[in-house]
Amino acid sequence: LLGIFFNVHSAVLIEDVPFTEEDFKDGPERIYRLYEQVSYNCFIAAGLYALLGGFSLCQGRLNKRKEYMVR
Amino acid sequence: MGEFGVPPGGRGWVWVPWVHGVGTGGLGCPGCKGVGLGAPRCRWAWSGWVWVLWSLNPKVSAFQRRFVGEVRRCEEMEKTFTFLQQELRGAGRVLEPCPENPRAPLAREALRVQEQSEQLAQELREVSRNRASLRGRLRELRQYLHVLREGQRFTSLPVEPLPRPHSFVAGVIHPWRVNAFERLLWRACRGYLVASFVEMPEPMEDPATGESITWVIFLISYWGEQIGQKIRKISDCFHCHMYPYPESEASRADTMSGLHNQIQDLSVVLEETEQYLAQVLDKVVLALPTWRVQVQKMKAIYLILNQCSFDVTEKCLIAEVWCPVRDLTQVQDALRQGSYKSGSSVECFVQRIPTSESPPTLIRTNKFTAGFQSIVDAYGVASYQEVNPAPYAIITFPFIFAIMFGDVGHGLLMFLFALWMVLYENSPSLRQASNEIWLTFFEGRYLILLMGAFSIYTGFIYNECFSKATVIFPSAWSVAAMANHSSWSSAYLATHPSLTLDPNVTGVFQGPYPFGIDPIWSLATNHLNFLNSFKMKMSVVLGIVHMGFGVLLGVFNHVHFQQRHRLVLELLPEMVFLLALFGYLVFLIFYKWVKFSAADSLVAPSILIHFIDMFLFTSNAGNLPLYQGQVPVQTVLVVLALASVPVLLLGTPLYLCCQQRAPRTGRPAVRLGSRGGGAWPGGRGGVSPSHLDFAEIFMHQAIHTIEYCLGCVSNTASYLRLWALSLAHAQLSEVLWTMVMRNGFVRLNYVGGVVLVPVFAAFAVLTVAILLVMEGLSAFLHALRLHW
Repeated sequence: LLGIFFNVHSAVLIEDVPFTEEDFKDGPERIYRLYEQVSYNCFIAAGLYALLGGFSLCQGRLNKRKEYMVR
Repeated sequence: MGEFGVPPGGRGWVWVPWVHGVGTGGLGCPGCKGVGLGAPRCRWAWSGWVWVLWSLNPKVSAFQRRFVGEVRRCEEMEKTFTFLQQELRGAGRVLEPCPENPRAPLAREALRVQEQSEQLAQELREVSRNRASLRGRLRELRQYLHVLREGQRFTSLPVEPLPRPHSFVAGVIHPWRVNAFERLLWRACRGYLVASFVEMPEPMEDPATGESITWVIFLISYWGEQIGQKIRKISDCFHCHMYPYPESEASRADTMSGLHNQIQDLSVVLEETEQYLAQVLDKVVLALPTWRVQVQKMKAIYLILNQCSFDVTEKCLIAEVWCPVRDLTQVQDALRQGSYKSGSSVECFVQRIPTSESPPTLIRTNKFTAGFQSIVDAYGVASYQEVNPAPYAIITFPFIFAIMFGDVGHGLLMFLFALWMVLYENSPSLRQASNEIWLTFFEGRYLILLMGAFSIYTGFIYNECFSKATVIFPSAWSVAAMANHSSWSSAYLATHPSLTLDPNVTGVFQGPYPFGIDPIWSLATNHLNFLNSFKMKMSVVLGIVHMGFGVLLGVFNHVHFQQRHRLVLELLPEMVFLLALFGYLVFLIFYKWVKFSAADSLVAPSILIHFIDMFLFTSNAGNLPLYQGQVPVQTVLVVLALASVPVLLLGTPLYLCCQQRAPRTGRPAVRLGSRGGGAWPGGRGGVSPSHLDFAEIFMHQAIHTIEYCLGCVSNTASYLRLWALSLAHAQLSEVLWTMVMRNGFVRLNYVGGVVLVPVFAAFAVLTVAILLVMEGLSAFLHALRLHW
């Protein structure tokens, strides 16, 4: 969700974008690039979480089956 | 619950299937009826379908009651069960809860249960003892074997033959004592020995402490009889286990093979013992849960029966109970079925007794309302037939909680958690958890559900979602308009780090935000200034509304108990007091919100100063009046409020006094309930109100007046905690965001994405732990206090 909001250049999240003094010259384009970079980072993090979640789900199911087999 | 069989031609007692022995029962005793005896001390008993309240017979002490022997027997059985359970736990078995609902056993069944349980316990004890001794023996044999094996290493080493014939002492010693042992041996025997120590290859259990230790084997060869005795004595002091060490090679080999055989045999026997033990434990696991429940029920029945009294002929049991009128037919049905099932010739029956005591209060709840009712009951259970505030609390409590908790994200999490609990409420793993804290949350799942839902609503109003504002509608403030139309030059922008958006400039402020607080405030530095004023006023308004509603609920009481005089003499002055002072404050708040706009913000009057001046009857020149004629209106209101106090104080007592002195018109005595729960003295005694204790009534009314007036003021102020807690919540969540989450956005390369994963994890954990749990509990507590 955060990735989406950053991608849309939401003004509320302005404080979270790591800008410097010189990013404010020449129009808002540089700020928009920064926004998009942060949004890509968020998407990467979300992807990693999805991987982790899927992994733990698989492990959980495997272990449950193992419990029934070891008797 | 079961019933006892009635022996033919003898006496017996009848139990009723569903109800714990209500009414009377017995043989050969026609025409018994329930008689009220003495002053009751009451206790609740619940069985199946009917709520029934018991009255203890206070004349008989606990030990003289009829069924003491049976109760004691039940307790003995419970002791046996505890022992069995301990054994089970020691063996690592888990006792599962009883699957079905067994009935209470009959007398011979109970006897059988007792015999079986004691037999099992006896068997367990014996088998455990045998096992322990077998284990000890096995351990000794093993140690001996090791001693022989290790010692063989020393004695088979080629050493120079010693001059005199020597003997051996062999044994094992605790590793911590080795050094001291060696030193003492050396000093005591002055070198006439050769001692060798070696560690045992495998650790073994210490019989005393049970922990696994690597023992040290020692072999001492000495010459001389006295030395031998000394060595043996020293070894004894050091608590060594000593074993005879055969001199020759061949006898050693013989002993070792003998030991091998013994160890093998012993292991086989030990295995069989363990198997037998496992079988016994299996039996226990199967039978114990059912027994437990049965004995519990039996004991409960006997305890209840102990509370019955016997009538004169000693053939009947009489019990005094309170029973809801609606359930009376059910009770009679139950009694009838009980007598039928037990086959007795006389029926049990129930008879109503007139009494002058006030009945207890029963409030029927279902799974949804039970949580709310328990919160309300925590303050005090309402007296009989008083109005129950719980239905209103179902809405007001979550609402007040939500005001202190308002955040869409947190509310959503709470709502989903409660939804999960509600949807899976029938799953046995959730219901039968043993963790008390979890059970508390589970009982309140509907409460949490509502609190979460309301929090989402107030989150939208405060426009906070994990401390970030949501821009559902476009913001009404326009920076562009301010920049274009006002005096913001480049020089001005360069020198002023913080800029103000002036709503008086055209185009800057386009009207109020459709729902909630404008999202631009989350970017403003004076966010808190604005919110504080808004939330404080909102808290006061809500507080007055809540308190007024509470006072109005008293109307139901007064009307129900036919005390219309209290409507005029108590409700009216209370409402006048509340509304004249604090209702006027609410009016001022709304009036100021409506009348004054941004154009006259510089000269807008301060409500607080006006309010203080109202009480002090002064006026402040710098504070403009809100409307014309404000000062006389305020004076009138204050006078009215002050005048209502003596009416509240003296009204009802004087009215009751006059009523007493006026000639009797044959009015029936009224049941005078009271809000605080104390009974009027005039209500006791029924038909002819003899002598009203004026002093007591007056005292009671004085306390009530003082409590009400002071309470009005202090409780109004205490509603400000709504503001305080919502501020705390908002700030905490903002801090969490800026201090934790923001660090995840700092790095701009793709490594930042990986860094974001643990940062978000930390943020989530802290959110749940601090904001959801801690803040949730704290808001719950304060909402509770406000309701009380």
